[in-house]
Amino acid sequence: MTRIIKYIFYDILRTRFIIFYTAFLLVCTFAFFQIDGDFGKVVLSLMNIVLMAVPLVSVVFTTIHFFNSYEFIELMLAQPVNRRSVFLSEYIAVATSLCLAFVIGVGFPFALYGAWQSISTLLVTGIFLTLVFVSLAFFSSVLTRDKAKAIGVALLFWFYFSLIYDGLLLWVIYTFSDYPLEKLTLTLIAFNPIDLARIIMLLQLDISALMGYTGAFYKNFFGSNMGIFFSASLLMLWVFWPILVSMRIFSKKDL
Amino acid sequence: MIRIALIIGMVASCTLGHATTIVIGAKESVTRIKDAIALAQPGDTLLIKPGIYREGNIILQKPLTIKGEGYPVLDGENQYEIFTIHTNHAVIQGLKFINTGISSINDLAAIKLLESQQIKILQNKFENTFFGIYLANSSHVWIEENELQAQAEFEHQIGNGIHLWKCNNITIDKNKVVGHRDGIYFEFVTNSLITNNHSEGNMRYGLHFMFSNNDEYRNNTFMNNGAGVAVMYTKEVTMVNNSFIHNWGSSAYGLLLKDIRDSKITGNSFLENSVGIFMEGSSRNHIQQNKFYQNGYALKLQASCDDNIISKNNFQQNTFDLVTNGSLVLNKIEANYWDRYEGYDLNKDKTGDIPYRPISMYGTIVERMPQAILLWRSFLVLLLDKAEKAMPILTPENLMDVSPAMLPYDFN
Repeated sequence: MTRIIKYIFYDILRTRFIIFYTAFLLVCTFAFFQIDGDFGKVVLSLMNIVLMAVPLVSVVFTTIHFFNSYEFIELMLAQPVNRRSVFLSEYIAVATSLCLAFVIGVGFPFALYGAWQSISTLLVTGIFLTLVFVSLAFFSSVLTRDKAKAIGVALLFWFYFSLIYDGLLLWVIYTFSDYPLEKLTLTLIAFNPIDLARIIMLLQLDISALMGYTGAFYKNFFGSNMGIFFSASLLMLWVFWPILVSMRIFSKKDL
Repeated sequence: MIRIALIIGMVASCTLGHATTIVIGAKESVTRIKDAIALAQPGDTLLIKPGIYREGNIILQKPLTIKGEGYPVLDGENQYEIFTIHTNHAVIQGLKFINTGISSINDLAAIKLLESQQIKILQNKFENTFFGIYLANSSHVWIEENELQAQAEFEHQIGNGIHLWKCNNITIDKNKVVGHRDGIYFEFVTNSLITNNHSEGNMRYGLHFMFSNNDEYRNNTFMNNGAGVAVMYTKEVTMVNNSFIHNWGSSAYGLLLKDIRDSKITGNSFLENSVGIFMEGSSRNHIQQNKFYQNGYALKLQASCDDNIISKNNFQQNTFDLVTNGSLVLNKIEANYWDRYEGYDLNKDKTGDIPYRPISMYGTIVERMPQAILLWRSFLVLLLDKAEKAMPILTPENLMDVSPAMLPYDFN
């Protein structure tokens, strides 16, 4: 399995996309530092990147990579190797390379400027989001044999979680604003990994936004050990369920 | 005639001022403060040696100078008010007051002034007192360099640090008030000067004043108070160079203005407050050259305010710069620096060429539905705000800064 991972890794490096991605993150982070010396503000700007670009890149790159290495996968499966281990190797190689790119791209400038502590949350949530969206992309890839369709589905996941879902949530809040909505919204947030990541980061960075009774409620919840455990385990769940389901599909699928 | 009388009075007071000094202490001939007060002639000085004095309520009705040496402790034994003063021309200096009684019927204080004038309260320390310094119907009082500290857990168990009711011409300078109900409380206090005080960690307001006209506040710091600073039902107040720092919580305001007229708020800094300034029913105020930095809401301007001028302030890194609850615009907002401004300056006059609308759509939504704060900083909210900027529907169209500054003002 490690050998397969190694080959996929080389393959990924050869496409150079991941290097561009790292460079993009590096340039962005350095640019934010140039514009504003305040670490807090840099982290806030980066947060937008983490919430938008990281899922998008993860999703697109993963689906394209999966279909580009379709022949490689077929070849591998002709050998006496387990389907699961091939699939898992694919996942691990893609996920680690994206995570590494993210950590280097964002973490390196911060390490240079000596602000390592202030981005620990950002790094962790960024890694989580990468893992979640790589999982979702694999899920969409095994659903169909058509590359364009798979990319479409993967993009739809991204679009749904970063925009449509929030729109629905806002609609719920708007419609039922006469009722106590704290617990309901808290539950609804759990169904969207991007929202979950955003709230975790907000509580670390921009708590001034969370005011009033509602703010206090969320802060009490997410700020407590229980809340951290809850959100971390939910994000884990978001990493694991798509990958497990897609592994099932993949192992039974007629390639 | 009056002048001659004044001169005679001054000469008389001078000669009296050189009168005797009575020393009080365990090893002296006079051991109790009460005895010394009974012995003393007007104008005498009482010098209190170090020690602990438990004498219940001490009533002072003579113009005396009472000085402490090495901070003698006056203990109220959790039962009594310590000093009750009803006289003119007295000085209380260098004493330490501890443990006054707590009562919900009487306002027990460490030093209470009733209908007194020309009093100086200097360099005293107060620990665990119910009310610290309490002035009623007094004038020409100097309260300087005192330190007041209390450790109450609940609001009803503690009084105010410096409490003034119906006074005029008071100077409050360089005091430090920590952990009381209201740090400094003013009701019907006029023509007074409040400078260089530090009010921190009080349960309710750092400074609370009502019906107190023509007062001036300079260089004070209000930090970490339960609800910040409240200013109500007052006109012609000047607040200059004060700092309002980290007044944080669901009902905390850096500065709450309610029914304030013709006042000046200049050169203050508002740092990390839930709400920088909350204005309600206020008119004709000048809010200029203030710094709003990292507040939740920098300015909450209710629609009941009119003719206020908000100009040349710096708004930086606030979650929301300005929110309001109506669409009628009766205030003037001009030449401020907004860090969110995205306009340009073609003619290089350091003023933006297109107006800035400080009210974000999402700020308005959150104002109506607090739960919506949950979506703050999401992509959707970003899009909504951009769309609203291009075509205002929800936010008042005319509320704008027509000449926003391109660069932050340098106030240092």
